[in-house]
Amino acid sequence: MTVRLTTEPFDPGVLLAEFSAGRAETGAVVTFTGIARASDGQVERLELEAYPGFTDTEIERIASATKARFSLHAVLIVHRHGEIAPGEAIVFVATAAAHRRAAFQAADQLMDYLKSRAPFWKKEHGPDGARWIEPTDQDMADAKRWD
Amino acid sequence: MFGRLADVAGWRERSLAETPATLFALRALLSEESPALGAALAGKGVQVAVAKAIVRGDVALAAGVEVAFLAPMSGG
Repeated sequence: MTVRLTTEPFDPGVLLAEFSAGRAETGAVVTFTGIARASDGQVERLELEAYPGFTDTEIERIASATKARFSLHAVLIVHRHGEIAPGEAIVFVATAAAHRRAAFQAADQLMDYLKSRAPFWKKEHGPDGARWIEPTDQDMADAKRWD
Repeated sequence: MFGRLADVAGWRERSLAETPATLFALRALLSEESPALGAALAGKGVQVAVAKAIVRGDVALAAGVEVAFLAPMSGG
């Protein structure tokens, strides 16, 4: 299981190639890539704040529980923080399992968790100023499905 | 202070010469300085981490310990 926080842009294709290599017994790899939206020009850049030493440990704790719950062979989570431009990837989640359903469900659960419970704080900067983005009721309900 | 709490406080991080004995005493101190911050810290969805572990309710604070107030979180 690997959890990586980075302030540098990353290439999801390269991450997928590395993650999938040498998996003769795995059967299924599912990935999700979250990309920063421009929202019709309303967002010029995203600022994502993390709490080093806390954010990474919290994500590792959840990823480890998800890995056990779905009997995953491997999990990779890469999450940006700092300044992010529209069109750049913010998050990459990959799950590997013997069969597809476990891999899909685990990736779904990890993303629901990351949206509303992982320790990040997200601010959108646009032509009309800046605003904090907090989880919506839908995000909360999505995460609750797995409790 | 993380997220919008840093905007309300007008600062992100600071050190106190003397550590209050408990988390509630620290909250009272911050509220006294800035009622707006006090209200924001008591707001919905705000969590507290002491020495990088989430706590609920009141706890004793060791001298020099790091206390983080966490606004509602959003990643991905």
